[in-house]
Amino acid sequence: MSLVGAAVLRKEDPNLLVGRGTFTDDLHPAGTAFMAFVRSPEAHARITGIDTSAAADMPGVHGVWSLAELSLGEGEGIPPLPGVPGLERPALADGVVRFAGEPVAVLVADDRYLAADAVEAVDVDYEPLPAVASIPAALAEDAPLLYEPVGSNVVFGIPWEDDAEAELAAAQNRTSIRLVNQRCAPVPLEPMVILADASAEGLTVHVTFQAPHHLRTKLAGWLGEKEHRIRVIAPDVGGGFGSKINFTPELFLAPLLSRQLGRPVKHCQTRSEAMQLMYHGRDQIHDVEVGFDDDGRVRALRNMISQNVGGYPDPNGMGMAVLTTWMSAGCYKIDKVAAGFQNVVTNTTPIAAYRGAGRPEATYMIERVMDLVADETGLDPADVRRRNFIGPDEFPFSQPHAEAVHYDTGNYEAALDKLLEMLDYDTLKQEQAARRDDPDRPLMGIGMSTWVEIASFGPRGSLEGFGHLGSWESAKVRLQPDGSVVVNVGSAPHGQGHETAFAMIAADELGVDYDNIIVRAGDTETMPQGIGTMGSRSVPIAGSAVKAASEKILVKAKEIAAHLIEANPDDLELRDGGFGVIGSPEDHVNWQAVAHASFQPGQLPEGVAAGGLDEQVFQEVPNFTYPSGAYGCVVGIDRDTGEVRVERYVLVDDCGTVINPLLAKGQVHGGAAQGIAQALYEAVVYDDAGQPQTSSLLDYLAPAATELPAFEEGRVSTPTPVNPLGAKGIGESGAIGSPPAVVNAVVDALSHLGVRHLDMPLSPEKVWNAMNDNGATS
Amino acid sequence: MTEVRISINGESRDHDVDPRTLLVHYIRETRRLTGTHVGCDTSNCGACTVLLDGAPVKSCTVLAAQADGAEITTVEGLATNGTRSPVQEGFRQKHGLQCGYCTPGFLVAATALLEENPDPTEQEIREGLEGNLCRCTGYAMIVDSVRWAAEHPEGHVPTDTAGAEVAS
Repeated sequence: MSLVGAAVLRKEDPNLLVGRGTFTDDLHPAGTAFMAFVRSPEAHARITGIDTSAAADMPGVHGVWSLAELSLGEGEGIPPLPGVPGLERPALADGVVRFAGEPVAVLVADDRYLAADAVEAVDVDYEPLPAVASIPAALAEDAPLLYEPVGSNVVFGIPWEDDAEAELAAAQNRTSIRLVNQRCAPVPLEPMVILADASAEGLTVHVTFQAPHHLRTKLAGWLGEKEHRIRVIAPDVGGGFGSKINFTPELFLAPLLSRQLGRPVKHCQTRSEAMQLMYHGRDQIHDVEVGFDDDGRVRALRNMISQNVGGYPDPNGMGMAVLTTWMSAGCYKIDKVAAGFQNVVTNTTPIAAYRGAGRPEATYMIERVMDLVADETGLDPADVRRRNFIGPDEFPFSQPHAEAVHYDTGNYEAALDKLLEMLDYDTLKQEQAARRDDPDRPLMGIGMSTWVEIASFGPRGSLEGFGHLGSWESAKVRLQPDGSVVVNVGSAPHGQGHETAFAMIAADELGVDYDNIIVRAGDTETMPQGIGTMGSRSVPIAGSAVKAASEKILVKAKEIAAHLIEANPDDLELRDGGFGVIGSPEDHVNWQAVAHASFQPGQLPEGVAAGGLDEQVFQEVPNFTYPSGAYGCVVGIDRDTGEVRVERYVLVDDCGTVINPLLAKGQVHGGAAQGIAQALYEAVVYDDAGQPQTSSLLDYLAPAATELPAFEEGRVSTPTPVNPLGAKGIGESGAIGSPPAVVNAVVDALSHLGVRHLDMPLSPEKVWNAMNDNGATS
Repeated sequence: MTEVRISINGESRDHDVDPRTLLVHYIRETRRLTGTHVGCDTSNCGACTVLLDGAPVKSCTVLAAQADGAEITTVEGLATNGTRSPVQEGFRQKHGLQCGYCTPGFLVAATALLEENPDPTEQEIREGLEGNLCRCTGYAMIVDSVRWAAEHPEGHVPTDTAGAEVAS
């Protein structure tokens, strides 16, 4: 029986369900001390003095350091964090702070309570500087500059390569809109935690991180240490959503201070710290112009993106806008697309990857544009989409505006059809009209989003620019003498269910019982090299590596099996937990015998080396994958309060081959929850002076079970030819496809009042104002 | 220092604690029961939920000293004789977790919910778990998990499975 495709229960769960998970903060080696930060209350200021003496004298405090007091041990200062050349972030503020919460000093004390006391005792003098907290403020004439030598708050940008002015002008109709994709906080339930132990030989780091090998390489360079002396382990990781691949100060300072103090040093962010220090996502403004014909065909699109990268440009954050430009045409064939961007620094927390990283913004833009075109032409939004789709027979499809973008497979119309059928769209529209006329019932809106995203970050060159050693992923499959299997994978999970998915793939490939397979990841000592978990790359690339390594095992195993039962390897098939001769039921040898023999030279055929069955593959892929889908949202809006309730939510996904429908469902639900939350609830807010207004879960509204709907699910499947599994990846889909579906639904509900657009999040106040201004809101 | 006697999962211990010690830190660091997690510092996320004399509380907003003399149940105390409780089994059967960080809090809160209301509606489950945040799921399968537990108060009846166990 093939396991791939079955709803296999997770291998991960038994431990996690009884409190036996191992998260980083669960580890307490003897002598562990706690590291804490003194953080700036100012968004932009010059540091005129730091007095650490009172804190340093407190009982239980092992040391307090400002940047000037830190060294690598040779009396020299320490390097900045890995970052954008020339604009790197210092490990602690270097004379100037550029966002509220930026660490200006670090200390270590016996326990977290004493450390918190000592933080209060450090005295820092600031000379406030004028701050800019938004893109418009940073771009204003005479705006204060964050980096004087740059001469501008725009740190990097590419204009649209080829202006679409002629095509825009030639279209029968033309309109423009400014779309704001607000700043969001990733909020993994487990904040950032690191435990560094350099008290013995070398350095061992346990850390809640998505890419342990990447961190090891960076730590080695930073600390001037050889990689063989550094072991990075990501044990159970409590969610990441992209936030745990960024290089932030604690990752470098805990190992450094452990080395200096000769004892394990642990740092656990509080949630309030995480809200300020864990890099945010999104924060783009899109200035969009669209030209379209009366029949809804979109002829030209110009999208100029301004992205707020915060106080220090992070390489991941800088790159997100590139992905937004790439995906600006969505799943449509648009004659002319011009997309460019500018990255803008402001006195806010840096931004970097967050679930979807650059694609949710593109999808929000193009899916809002499709609804605008529908609104202006008077056509149904479904018809407008249908008329612009890339057809199912047009793949592979190269988007002309973006050199790297070649859609692999898809059937966008089938997904839309499925969605409309599941929604019972025509009936819904009748109900909407009836509810509009009934003042006792909530207003109703129907929104859709037919989206495509870019996933499986694996083609050569796609990650190297961000400092990774490659874009491949690795897998190592090893048979134990008893025929059980250990699979090591390079991509380190944070809740996705890798152990289950990879064991299923290996079980199918090897014909070994699922229960006899264990999957390990997240430890630089057990995997020679890996890349990491992000961009829905693990199943498509690491899963393919597991398959490929298993295939290599089979070649050798077959030779051994054939030798043991005196058959020809070509006559063998996988059967009944071992190998059997095709057409000969009694000629069979089980995996245990084959594995056992593989270690014993005397039992091996000539030319087969002893040393077990152990194969490793570094899997490359020739292209990205392009998961797609159609999401539909039905909202009810309270006429008195403006509160939006999601009444129905339909998810039609096409992620190609599904390894395990349970895991896929989990990933889509989680993504959709974050996407719906972006549309309705979540926003990181700063005041004009750069003071965060959302610095805890009291004021940042991550939704609970009462806010979110039940989900209805459908599926279209167009497997990708890019990898042997046919899997496209599904980790980000929900977060990418959902915000426009929800916003389109709310705007649809209010369209009869003249509402054309509302910016996220659609709070009751915003919606109420739109309803009661009677169309005055743009 | 304050002397406390706290029973956790049926085991009573005496300790001297700093009066400001939070119950969650006492549970995790003094008693080494690390299933109870800390996800926020404002009692919004519920990852630290435990039962205090049978009632669900957020152990990040209770002092260890306040729990003197109390009976605490943590996630480690939900299973009996190595058998998962119906709620734990429900989360397994219905894929009610991903990273597992918020899960202990949900399991404890759901246990308390079913104690009070053994047959909750979907809406009652959602409201009962309002004090717990999960960032990996969209809650739908958490709701299904609790529903499963309500329908299987005897817990899981093992079925004949060869190799992989497939969702019921």
